[in-house]
Amino acid sequence: MNYEVVIGLEVHVQLTTKTKIFCGCSTAFGQAPNSQTCPVCLGLPGALPVLNAQAVEFAIRTGLATNCTIAPQSVFARKNYFYPDLPKGYQISQYELPTCQRGWLDIEGEWGTKRIGITRIHMEEDAGKLVHGELPGSSQSSFVDLNRAGTPLLEVVSEPDLRSADEAVAYLKKLHQIVVYLGVCDGNLEEGSFRCDANVSLRPVGQVEFGTRAEIKNVNSFRFVKQAIEYEIERQADVLDAGGKVVQETRLYDPQTGMTRSMRGKEEAHDYRYFPDPDLVPLEVDAAWVARERALLPELPDARRARYQAELGLSAYDAEVLTAERPLAEYFEACLALLPGQAKGVANWVMGEVTRKLNDGGLSITQSPVTPKLLTDLLKLIDAGTISGKIAKTVFDEMWATGQEPARIVEEQGLMQVSDSGAIEAIVDEVLAASVAQVEQYRGGNDKVFGFFVGQVMKASKGKANPALVNELLKKKLGG
Amino acid sequence: MVLYDLTLSELRAGLDRREFSSVEATQAFLARVAATDERINAFITVCAETALDAAAAADRRLAEGGAAPLTGIPLAMKDIFNTLGVRTTCASKILANYVSPYDATAFARVKAQGAVLLGKVNMDEFAMGSSNENSAYGAVRNPWDTARVPGGSSGGSAACVAARQAPAALGTDTGGSIRQPAAHCGVVGLKPTYGRVSRYGVIAYASSLDQVGPVTRDVRDCALLLQAIAGYDPLDSTSVDLPVPDYSSALQPDLKGVRIGLPREYFIDGLDADVRAAMERAVATCKALGAELVEVSLPHTEYAVACYYLIATAEASSNLARYDSVRFGHRTTGPGNLIETYSRSRDEGFGSEVKRRIMLGTYALSSGYYDAYYLKAQKVRTLIRQDFLDAFEKVDVILGPVAPTPAFCLGEKTADPLQMYLSDIFTIPVNLAGTCAMSLPGGFSGQGIPIGLQLIGKPFAEEQILRAAFAFEQATEWHKRKANI
Repeated sequence: MNYEVVIGLEVHVQLTTKTKIFCGCSTAFGQAPNSQTCPVCLGLPGALPVLNAQAVEFAIRTGLATNCTIAPQSVFARKNYFYPDLPKGYQISQYELPTCQRGWLDIEGEWGTKRIGITRIHMEEDAGKLVHGELPGSSQSSFVDLNRAGTPLLEVVSEPDLRSADEAVAYLKKLHQIVVYLGVCDGNLEEGSFRCDANVSLRPVGQVEFGTRAEIKNVNSFRFVKQAIEYEIERQADVLDAGGKVVQETRLYDPQTGMTRSMRGKEEAHDYRYFPDPDLVPLEVDAAWVARERALLPELPDARRARYQAELGLSAYDAEVLTAERPLAEYFEACLALLPGQAKGVANWVMGEVTRKLNDGGLSITQSPVTPKLLTDLLKLIDAGTISGKIAKTVFDEMWATGQEPARIVEEQGLMQVSDSGAIEAIVDEVLAASVAQVEQYRGGNDKVFGFFVGQVMKASKGKANPALVNELLKKKLGG
Repeated sequence: MVLYDLTLSELRAGLDRREFSSVEATQAFLARVAATDERINAFITVCAETALDAAAAADRRLAEGGAAPLTGIPLAMKDIFNTLGVRTTCASKILANYVSPYDATAFARVKAQGAVLLGKVNMDEFAMGSSNENSAYGAVRNPWDTARVPGGSSGGSAACVAARQAPAALGTDTGGSIRQPAAHCGVVGLKPTYGRVSRYGVIAYASSLDQVGPVTRDVRDCALLLQAIAGYDPLDSTSVDLPVPDYSSALQPDLKGVRIGLPREYFIDGLDADVRAAMERAVATCKALGAELVEVSLPHTEYAVACYYLIATAEASSNLARYDSVRFGHRTTGPGNLIETYSRSRDEGFGSEVKRRIMLGTYALSSGYYDAYYLKAQKVRTLIRQDFLDAFEKVDVILGPVAPTPAFCLGEKTADPLQMYLSDIFTIPVNLAGTCAMSLPGGFSGQGIPIGLQLIGKPFAEEQILRAAFAFEQATEWHKRKANI
């Protein structure tokens, strides 16, 4: 039978606040176990939570960037369950009144542009971590590390608007791009800064009611999301085709096998007994606060991309590449500010030489030894005819290696373009004299040989000869 | 001079005049504890050694000048306050060996003034009880009659002050846990407005109701001790950032121009005859002091106990989840998987009343029951709060009994939890409303058992009830009687 796929995603976004959401402990990653803890995040008797204002600011910004309404009043609730990594026996989260509500994101792909609803974004604290038998002689033991307990998270819940694994991945990438752009999340998937649960169900094409869904837990890369969803679609279709029923359950994705397996059924589902946390007062966010956060939003990728095309005249492809990551776009714009009106030229260098070098060295744009100032200084030397575009690439490599100013490299290495026609003429004469056979070929009507002469002259001049002059002189001499 | 007979204010005056040292006063109270506590069982932990060190430090501070109002004053803390380095049991087996790495804010404040911690006093386990019979460390006995209960849950706080084992103590009040034992033991106890005193470091029973308050011999001491602990604390999101008035200067010997409300729902048929007579005498005294007496109504009073036992237990079921034996507290020695370890440790560590309330609260929050129980109770709570706000449109202070009867005998109500719960009918509404109230000695029963008088004030108007209480105290002799122990 033909089925329509229905997918909703729940994404946990770990915030980059300096301290935890309800206490002053550091959120630094990779510290000695339980060294980043205090009575509050250890859940000691009598300790009380105090909300981190920066976490709220980040939540508001994320809500605004995803077109959500920011609730004037939101409420923290307790989600009650027992687990050794959960010190208080409950997680402080938001339930009935989350801070951000009813937003959307547009995703682009073979389907064109599609709007995906965001039901809500709520704030919550992360749990700790269990380490099983990893210390010497402790194979029977489990250890609890509470450094992560109390790290602020946002849970972004989408509407069931996604219709394929590709749409789901496009949505995730878009959301990832936005939270990283905002600087509220480091976006590190391996360290679990951006984690996804997927709700997947099928229904016969044309049916209005949703089918029974399975929730796939903790899929930690874009590739795994695609695999897990595709596997799950196939699995559910097989069940339905065989006349069976999909069971409502939580399933775990295994990246080793690419399959999902049942973790717990509906009857084993927890009753979390949510209720408003009496230790925290309702969070009030007035219009002035929302306005303050709105003013701090950077230009987001979609808007930036549109502007690059409309105002800078860049191609859709160039605009997409340059805006994909905020630091790259900012680098590009910093260059453009120093070299106004040369968007295309700057774009070619940023997307060409700069990106190539970054990829070779495994560096990010913020680590580039060639700053926007240095790069535009180099481009100015080309514009002024001081060096040729070809030589510029050599100079650029030198700048990358040494961090030196281009003018200095050009001067020290004598790379100035030769535009003295007398000097070039002498080289041209030498080349033609040494290439009798090729001259005959050319004169015999073989135009292709012209390139050979150019190459020879450039080589003899160590690349410094002004290419336009070389062409002009060669044509004159050969024509004569 | 018998040092242990002195009130906090008298000790202050004596210390300031160098009539005795803090070490001498502390020794006197420690000796009194040693001599009497076998009969009272008020103390879970006596801090003899550290108390004398703290007293010596206080004496040096006194000598150097710059003493604070509590410098050198011995105090007892309910064993619900986290105290750095001194074990904090909450009267539970589950915390039998628990030593806190930090101080509760209320304790930190008195400690910073140089108060001397005599010890940690008994209570109902996790503050759940009205008789102090629910303690893993044995029941506390009433110093006026050791066959009777001292009330609860701050039974140790009230009993130790009544027995002059300590001049004052701190307690907590969730549904009457300061006022009811203060009434039963013939001492003064005040439950401040919710948010007036920090709850940070106080082991939570019902977070939206718990509030810290003083237990003292008289109203002047009550004002002094409240002054030390009141005020905003950035570590408690529910504490309120309002200026704290000077409570001692609010004390006046008359009630001229004060309108006192008498809620008709507090003068019901079931009221004990001695309690009723004491209330009638109190009303006459207030009138003589110049107060205007006005009948008021608190129409939702009858729903308060039911409402309380849904909200308090719901919160408790969640608050007590952290006692899972993973990071601290009693852990079963038996083998078992994770779930068995949880359930056995909790089964062994918690007493029966605690278990009963965890189960009640878990049920009230369960899926399918939440709206009918917890949510409904929250709506009733709003109505009860509105009752008080309406009444306070007409009056400044509300007067009534603290408890329907004087202290009952040990074992009298343990078989019937519901009867026990109903003994808090006049105190619970105040916690639900979040306002302030106090208990002060208002008379004695025919058998010589103290009867408490309750004064309820507007939110954050502790100075008004203290003023009324002080005037009443000045006009009566009840607070001067001492339990013969």
